[in-house]
Amino acid sequence: MRVEPKPAPSFAVTLLYPVAAIALTFAITALLVLAAGASPFSVFHLVWKGAAGSQFALLETLTRATPLIFTGLAVAVAFRAKLWNIGAEAQLYMGAVVTVVLGTGALPLPAFLLIPIIVIVAMAAGGVLLLGPAVLKTRFGVDEVVTTLLLNFIVLLFVSMLLEGPLKDPMGLGWPQSPKVIADAQLPRIVQGKRLHYGFVMALVSALVVWVIMKKTVLGYEMRAVGHNQQAASFAGVPVNSVLMKTALLSGGLAALAGFSEVSGLKGNLTLDLSPGYGYTGIVVAMLAMLNPIGVVASAIFVAGIFVGADAMSRSAGVPSYIADVMVATALLTMVVAILFTRYRLRWK
Amino acid sequence: MEALDILLTASFWVAAIRIASPLIFATMGELICERAGVLNLGIEGIMTAGAFAGWFTVYAGGDLWTGVLVAALAGAMFGLLHATLTVPLGLSQHVVGIGVTLLATSLTYFTYRLALPEVTSPPKIEPFQPLPIPGLSDIPVVGPALFNQTPLTYLAFLTVALTAWVLYRTPLGLAIRAAGENPSAVEAQGISVTAIRMGAVMAGSALMAVGGAFLTMSAFNSFFFEMINGRGWICIALVVFGSWRPGKALIGAILFAAFDAYQVRLQQLSGGVVPYQIFLMMPYALSILALILVARRATYPKALMVPYQKGER
Repeated sequence: MRVEPKPAPSFAVTLLYPVAAIALTFAITALLVLAAGASPFSVFHLVWKGAAGSQFALLETLTRATPLIFTGLAVAVAFRAKLWNIGAEAQLYMGAVVTVVLGTGALPLPAFLLIPIIVIVAMAAGGVLLLGPAVLKTRFGVDEVVTTLLLNFIVLLFVSMLLEGPLKDPMGLGWPQSPKVIADAQLPRIVQGKRLHYGFVMALVSALVVWVIMKKTVLGYEMRAVGHNQQAASFAGVPVNSVLMKTALLSGGLAALAGFSEVSGLKGNLTLDLSPGYGYTGIVVAMLAMLNPIGVVASAIFVAGIFVGADAMSRSAGVPSYIADVMVATALLTMVVAILFTRYRLRWK
Repeated sequence: MEALDILLTASFWVAAIRIASPLIFATMGELICERAGVLNLGIEGIMTAGAFAGWFTVYAGGDLWTGVLVAALAGAMFGLLHATLTVPLGLSQHVVGIGVTLLATSLTYFTYRLALPEVTSPPKIEPFQPLPIPGLSDIPVVGPALFNQTPLTYLAFLTVALTAWVLYRTPLGLAIRAAGENPSAVEAQGISVTAIRMGAVMAGSALMAVGGAFLTMSAFNSFFFEMINGRGWICIALVVFGSWRPGKALIGAILFAAFDAYQVRLQQLSGGVVPYQIFLMMPYALSILALILVARRATYPKALMVPYQKGER
């Protein structure tokens, strides 16, 4: 059996493969639903209703999509340059820590000054956290996959230490949580009385900015060149190491924004369960979008819908909500196969 | 001086070898995969699946060794999935590995909730008991540490010897190593690189799963969410640290486990002056440090992460 390149398919056919991947994902999930003794059709219907069946459901899905857009963008940017950032989870928490440190009264500034300052420092913190593994990769040849993964555990312990020490809420009745951020450090809600906040708008703008960087700037071109073939890029005069550093800063910064927007827009404070794995799910979001920044928005909403819908479904149908995680992981694997088959075919001989 | 006295106690070394055992299984598993040219980032999820599969088999009435076997089979199945996507299809080993970890972990949690919908605290099983080796277990310090452990620990050490023997003393081992260094040379001998690599990933994944099962069937007696807690990633660092050699990787795993056992005891000794999280961070930080120290002179298998297609050069 051989995998060989095939002529570029038409645009319609290119779309067909991802659709087939999603269909396959639903088919596999349906088998698990059957194993759980429920009917796939009613379960998928309940998921749909829970994710998009009402204004409340839809807003909830968009709220859940917000951090996923940021982590998805972070992964898309890094993977495009073949910088394997599996540490978006840690970078998210760094952004959240900065938000709490600066936003709980330490900087008594009006919102129009305070929020931009927090955003910049949070992005810097997340970026620097990824800069470490990037430097280790370029200077010492240490694989960044392992270092970014291990940093996730270190940073979570660091957050736990802060929440039981300097950042502990004195009013928190002993729970490991930080105090709430002040009103001037909060992102307003888009619709009064609903949970959707301006972090979502920030996420959309970020996607657009990342798209412009990737498609319209020299840096974006260099990042793609480094990702495509490092030796060739270096030979053509692309400063590979410096491009990887800039990629790391951008990627880590984007992931940190997820932490900022969750604290400042939604939760108000920092806890150890701020992120139920948004950093890891960002990898799926980015791959489903084929690393396209605009596609990240769509795939984040899709993935968020599955999670929100599965939560609602699980309450009424009794199928464990972990079905959503299974579905998202399956979608990742079917999608990489689908992307392969848009450009290659199997030849049996 | 108290801090140094710990190193001389038998209970410290007993704990170190116990902590090392799951790492030894999983590190050998990863080493076999990488020697054949495949980076297996599914390790964390496969260990989770193995931990659950072994424990659940015993909980459902199977005996302990059946549990180990079921765990190994579960691991091999995820290995087959990983290998199918990365070997004949040549997909990114990074992305597929993370995908397998996410899938194995979420499938495990789903199955757990499905099988035990009501429980608040996970049910316990009767785990493997220590099996003293007559005579040898009476030697001071070394005896309890090495010869009064559970059968799975002995199996872990046996696995290292077996891995080393197969890799360096058999034609199969030669083919595995060559598949990771120079796959066309393997093909030139009429051996299928695809078959060797897929077999290696399946066998390696089975070992990772047994490593996970050690936690639920020997170290503890029940299954918890997130109980693997990064051990898989640490094993990947241990393979690099051991420069892809079974013996060196074994030493690395024991050193690491000794350090881990030591930090727990230092934690008790410090009496809460230093936040306990600092101690818990140490094993992860140590792994990163170890990688930095060895990375410069690390000689990766040359074809690691390079997909192979028959007839291509």
